Amino acid sequence: MKTEKNDIKIKVCMGPGGIATGGADVIKVFKDDLASANIKAKIGKGCSLHKVGCFGLCARDVLVDVIVGKNKTTYQYVKPDMVPRIVKEHLIENNPVSEWTVGDDYYSFYNKQIKVVLSEFSEVDPEDIDTYTAVGGYEATKKVLTKFTPEKTIAIIKKSGIRGRGGAGFPTGVKWEICRKVESDQKFIICNADEGDPGAFMDRAVIEGNPHSVIEGMIIGAYAIGATKGYVYVRAEYPLAVERLTIAIKQARGKNLLGENILGTKFNFDVRLKLGAGAFVCGEETALIASIEGQRGMPRAKPPFPVHSGLWGKPTVINNVETLANVPYIIRKGADWFSSFGTEKSKGTKVFALTGKVKNTGLIEVPMGILLREIIYDIGGGIEGGKAFKAVQTGGPSGGCIPAELVDINVDYESLAKVGSIVGSGGMVVLDDTDCMVSIAKFFLEFTQAESCGKCVPCRVGTKRLLEILDRITAGKGREGDIELLEDLGNDIKLSSLCGLGQTAPNPILSTIKYFRHEYEAHIKEQKCPAKVCKDLIEYGILEEFCKGCGACLRVCPSKAITGEKKKPHIISVDVCIKCGACFDVCKFKAVKKE
Amino acid sequence: MFNETVLKEIDEIKARYPDERSALLPSLYIAQKEFGWLSPKAMLCVAQTLNLPEAMVRGTASFYAMFKHKPMGRHVIQLCTNIACMILGAEKLVGFLKTTYGLEPNKTTADGRFSLVIMECIGACGTAPAMLINTDFYDNLTEKKIEDILGKYK
Repeated sequence: MKTEKNDIKIKVCMGPGGIATGGADVIKVFKDDLASANIKAKIGKGCSLHKVGCFGLCARDVLVDVIVGKNKTTYQYVKPDMVPRIVKEHLIENNPVSEWTVGDDYYSFYNKQIKVVLSEFSEVDPEDIDTYTAVGGYEATKKVLTKFTPEKTIAIIKKSGIRGRGGAGFPTGVKWEICRKVESDQKFIICNADEGDPGAFMDRAVIEGNPHSVIEGMIIGAYAIGATKGYVYVRAEYPLAVERLTIAIKQARGKNLLGENILGTKFNFDVRLKLGAGAFVCGEETALIASIEGQRGMPRAKPPFPVHSGLWGKPTVINNVETLANVPYIIRKGADWFSSFGTEKSKGTKVFALTGKVKNTGLIEVPMGILLREIIYDIGGGIEGGKAFKAVQTGGPSGGCIPAELVDINVDYESLAKVGSIVGSGGMVVLDDTDCMVSIAKFFLEFTQAESCGKCVPCRVGTKRLLEILDRITAGKGREGDIELLEDLGNDIKLSSLCGLGQTAPNPILSTIKYFRHEYEAHIKEQKCPAKVCKDLIEYGILEEFCKGCGACLRVCPSKAITGEKKKPHIISVDVCIKCGACFDVCKFKAVKKE
Repeated sequence: MFNETVLKEIDEIKARYPDERSALLPSLYIAQKEFGWLSPKAMLCVAQTLNLPEAMVRGTASFYAMFKHKPMGRHVIQLCTNIACMILGAEKLVGFLKTTYGLEPNKTTADGRFSLVIMECIGACGTAPAMLINTDFYDNLTEKKIEDILGKYK
């Protein structure tokens, strides 16, 4: 193969999915094989390897891009033992292994997406600052520090129209402007990386895939508001994110992008990491501040807002990871470029974590205002296993469920709020007809109830009462009037709780009642779970006409509830059955019924 | 009391903050690493080193889920049963750990090899179900896969 040097690139997905499914092993085999192939085939020093961030289609990891000249071939589900054949056939014989490459559906996943925050994920090695600067990284820092005043910087961010990506959607430029105007000897900027919404992993992926974009956003923000110190409050549950941020901060200091007299200007700024310790409520900004200060992570009443009195009583701006990661791109490409994406009131793009029962799960970035249908069907590839699309849960425990009949709504701050849900931090859990909506609501309440800090009564006691009602409904002991009680209590909790956690905790219940009231009624009035999920409301049995007496269910049953002779229909003893569903899953003849 | 190395480490952390209390969470992590868990003695050491009331140290430590208040096994399995993991079968994996290893949530195996902690979302929803063992990350879990993975941890 006559390939000129420097024109072969191999990119191996090392994002959240990639690493665990053996990205590192794949890289190793590539390195070994290329080393030996180099000698034999004399390819020379043509190959460069990057440990890149998430490609987005985690479900098909390990994904490997093999780029020869201008031709890119993407392989999916790559395992280390497949690498020798790719090296031999593709790189030596110039004949891509077509049976392992991705199909059309892979490309439709990307066609509806517009990438800003995720745009350089495949170019950047998150552990090497030089790969970030090679694609224009830290140019925005240079531009701002040498050419713009803080006021001009703020004006650009304001003009871009970007709103906080953590969930609340407050205009970022306005927040910076207020903090800029406060007089103080010390100000802080904090990056909120305490991503805790179940079903959301955007921030984790952004940090693991391109940590320097976040640090650059912080430098620009600090310059704009006049802060000299910054903290990244990051979840300890994300060890890789912590590791990569640590490396990134060290490298940025080495290049004088953090520290004193940054890039020869008079601007001083440094960033430190602060690890969370497993408390969801610390994502709330005043609780986060309390946690950095070494206290229990409990929120306090606002005002005063952190921009006036934040960390150690000093003016503090707290921005979400994704918000900050957008900032360098806005500076580099301009406010008008950024605001050309999105709707009138929701500008730019948003990263969503698409999970649950869709075919393509993973991280996606779409323009605000995209149709929900496009996300579920064009990008998500529709529902897994030929089942029916039932609802999508957005915004995690603060959000709500959007039913299938509203699939043609626009996904932006205003439209989702109108139907009782929120954009939130960007979690999107897709549900199918085998998911029970009462159970989904109960799940979120279990979460918020456990994570309630206990400071204010409506949240501490109210979420507990809500959960008790849901517990009895799913146990078939629901009472007449329970639905109305949930609604009354839920609305009271929303109005009277101290912080965002309590103010939004009832949303999963209220939205499922709004759209799936009949499911609640079936649980209460008929003691039936329409999706056949609630254990107390279902019973397993054997369909004699289908049972071959193979004994598979009998062997798998953990409670020995199944009896029967070989080749004769078996019997499930309902008194002994613990309703684990193992027999239902194992039966090849569909002879186990659930009703 | 802590040894010299640990005291030096905590001193360095203290120097970063305007008050000693702000060094509390990092110091608790250090104590947990030193003692294996936050025993009353460990928390007393932290209180004395930072010159904080013992009650304040305990009160803060008890707020956060990642501080352990009883001894842990050699390897801590942190399994997520949150929404994406739950709808993709994490509950069954909890049952599997119980039937195969006799391991229940918040318990440790008799041989001290594993402890099981049920985690809130660990941000692996695209490749659920997922778990951390100590700080190693695993996803797309099945019963078979868990068995293979656990075999690596002696």
